[in-house]
Amino acid sequence: MALLEVNALDAFYGDFQALFGVSLKVEEGQIVSVIGANGAGKSTLLQSIAGLIKSAPDMIAFDGAPIGAMRAPQLVRQGIALIPEGRRLFSSLSVGENLLVGGQVGRPGPWTLDRVFDLFPNLKHRKDQRSTSLSGGEQQMVAFGRALMTNPRLLLCDELSLGLAPIVVKEIFARLPEIVREGVTVVIVEQDIVQALSASSHVYCLQEGRVTLGGPPAQLSREAIKAAYFGV
Amino acid sequence: MEWVNIIFQGVLLGGLYALFAAGLSLIFGVMRLVNIAHGDLIVAFAYMAYFVMAALHIGPFTSLAVIVPAAALIGYGLQRGLLNWTLGEELPPLLVTIGLSVIIQNLLLVFFTFDTHRLHAGDIEIASVQFLPDLSVGVLPLIQFAVAVAIIAGLQIVFYRTALGRAFRATSDDPVVAQLMGLETRHIFAMAMALSLAVVAVAGVFIAIRTDFNPFYGPQLLIFGFEAIIIGGLGSLWGTLAGGILLGIAQALGGQFNVGWPFLAGHVVFLAVLIVRPQGLFPKVAL
Amino acid sequence: MIAAKVQDAFSFRVSHIDRSSRFGLVFWALLLILLAAAPFWGDRQTMRLLGEIYSYIALASLWNLLAGYAGLVSIGQQVFVGLGGYVLYVGALAGGLPPLLCVPLGGLLCGVLAVPVVLVLFRLRGAYFTIGTWVLAEVFVQVFQQVKAVGGGSGISLPAVVVKSIAQSRDGREFLIYWLFLALVVAVIGLIVTILRTRYGLALTAIRDNEMAAKSNGIDVNRTRLIVFVAAAFANGMAGALIFLQKLSITPFSAFSINDWTMNVIFITVIGGIGRVEGPILGAVIFFVLREFLADYGSAYLIVLGVIAIVVMLKARRGLWGYVADRYGWQLFPLARRLERTRIVPDAAAAAATIEAH
Repeated sequence: MALLEVNALDAFYGDFQALFGVSLKVEEGQIVSVIGANGAGKSTLLQSIAGLIKSAPDMIAFDGAPIGAMRAPQLVRQGIALIPEGRRLFSSLSVGENLLVGGQVGRPGPWTLDRVFDLFPNLKHRKDQRSTSLSGGEQQMVAFGRALMTNPRLLLCDELSLGLAPIVVKEIFARLPEIVREGVTVVIVEQDIVQALSASSHVYCLQEGRVTLGGPPAQLSREAIKAAYFGV
Repeated sequence: MEWVNIIFQGVLLGGLYALFAAGLSLIFGVMRLVNIAHGDLIVAFAYMAYFVMAALHIGPFTSLAVIVPAAALIGYGLQRGLLNWTLGEELPPLLVTIGLSVIIQNLLLVFFTFDTHRLHAGDIEIASVQFLPDLSVGVLPLIQFAVAVAIIAGLQIVFYRTALGRAFRATSDDPVVAQLMGLETRHIFAMAMALSLAVVAVAGVFIAIRTDFNPFYGPQLLIFGFEAIIIGGLGSLWGTLAGGILLGIAQALGGQFNVGWPFLAGHVVFLAVLIVRPQGLFPKVAL
Repeated sequence: MIAAKVQDAFSFRVSHIDRSSRFGLVFWALLLILLAAAPFWGDRQTMRLLGEIYSYIALASLWNLLAGYAGLVSIGQQVFVGLGGYVLYVGALAGGLPPLLCVPLGGLLCGVLAVPVVLVLFRLRGAYFTIGTWVLAEVFVQVFQQVKAVGGGSGISLPAVVVKSIAQSRDGREFLIYWLFLALVVAVIGLIVTILRTRYGLALTAIRDNEMAAKSNGIDVNRTRLIVFVAAAFANGMAGALIFLQKLSITPFSAFSINDWTMNVIFITVIGGIGRVEGPILGAVIFFVLREFLADYGSAYLIVLGVIAIVVMLKARRGLWGYVADRYGWQLFPLARRLERTRIVPDAAAAAATIEAH
């Protein structure tokens, strides 16, 4: 049984329909990436899974249970965490406090303050600084660590690479295998296709709210991806 | 020496204003809600104390053991049952709390008539301490001021040193991401309202020992709290205490010139601060 | 594609009128004729009640303009009502001016006073602005209590000489004041409809929907709000002068009554429909019907109003009129903005195309 199953998901922003019958599967221990152009519906997909956008109960199943109608705080308790696009750290909290907020939900698991500092050693001596005083890359690490502190089984990453220097992006992606080794399944949404393809074992392509392609990156030709991505 | 006495009275009264203000700014800080019924709830707690005291034959201070938890419960229920449904836009919370204010005032009027009430604390009301030959200060105002300062200090600790305070600040920064961290914002908001009303219940009982109150006394208390916030500067608890004290002093001095002036003097100080230093005298500084 | 079509033979213009507002105009015209003739079919009591309803529709419409369109929730508008009233009394008594002249004078003074008021209170945002207006109103009550020249706390009355100077007979006075109230409400609603049809109206709608977006699109939010606030203060002052001309006496508490001139007005607007010109009219009718039924229950009546207002705010944020209007697309005032395609002569087509391109 897949850890996450999305079945014919429709999603709306008010009257505007952003997703049309999207279906996909994520097996436990995988890194799955979702690629697509701006406005393809990638963020909407993650927000639906994380419970920020309500769906019909059966449209999303987590560990076999229907979760489509659950709200975000409930899903965090079930083990789903989302790193939001643009990091969105709590600006009046220090770095350490940002991480502690993630731990407040109290799910048991391997991730503690010390374990996050092992993963991102840079953050340790910035613990008492305001989160706004960090560089973009460090802020992304805090956002990453904050989500890990909830001890998720499924970690959703929305545009990790947004606005970061390539070297920083590389550094953050390099941590993914270690996270997976701790038992976390990862879904990444990316515009940076190269990063996404090299990091993941399975890729889905979204275009205008529909899945246009899916499969292991090795089996997909450049042309097929191009066609699925741009629709030409 | 008479002036020193008057200023001292103002300082002590200002501690209570700071409590009204702290309750008001707490919920504004966490959920951007300004509770127009704030003062009316304070008065309702004073009436509650009046009845608890009569029913259990206890003094006002002992009655706090009942009133404060009750106020917290009422706050939690009010937020979850009503006010949470108004958040999001600017108008609904404002208009709903205006409606609530009118409802509370008139319910109090129906049950308790227009007669003024007062809470009686017994001998302690007339006890005083002689600091200097010409300066004697009532024991009751001193106790009240000390409690007010202690509560403000306690709020400061809750806000900056506890998990609940961290959740308050995180929710205030970004309620959506707070939910992604597993925080139930509906519960956090209700906890903030519970804390706010618990604090102002203390202040309500205290002020009801000092002055007569009637069902329409609430708006005045709301205004005092609001003026203390603006004079002190938004977002800083110690600033709010300073704002409350300045307001208390202004009222005490104004009352010396003319019996009709104490409130007017407070309003004038408020307007002057708004014109000269709209960010308040002690605005929040960065960490 | 569309632009190409335009060049062919069409142009666009903004139309404010649709079918339901055309019906609305006829409806209002007939109603106005009927109401203007009230002295011929109604008794004195009916006229007094109607006059009171008009004054509340005017006050509620102005409050609606502030809160529902400009996003300025004020609970201090009684300042201008009371001040308008006092200007009439002081002008007529101390200045010896004809009372009817004092009505616009009251408006003028309120409009002028509104400017510094705005400059100070606009430093407060959102709900804090609201409480700020309240403090200001408190200041006025307390100052007027101290001023011996206007009778202090016990106020002043309008002497018979002044009253008679309006019109000799009692009927004459009643008729005149009735018509003045009617004229006031028509003028206020006319003013609001006019404002909403200008570019300020468009700016207000934009501010209401999204202040940040309005700002970034070059709308001077504060300037627009200032103009609206001053205009509302002017009209509130005139309304206040008229109201106290009819009451024949004034005290600081009746003049600056928050319950009479603001709370009731808020309930009327919220129940009828905030952000709709029709809202306060429907709200006032509901308010007065409730008042007639619940008159014997004293304060229970305000409790019922408060509960209704809260329920409306939770269940139908645009009020009863908004609820109905949204469902059926009703609009009784010509306020819609629809692009209408009009056939034009080829000559003008080129000019139209330039405008379109621009």
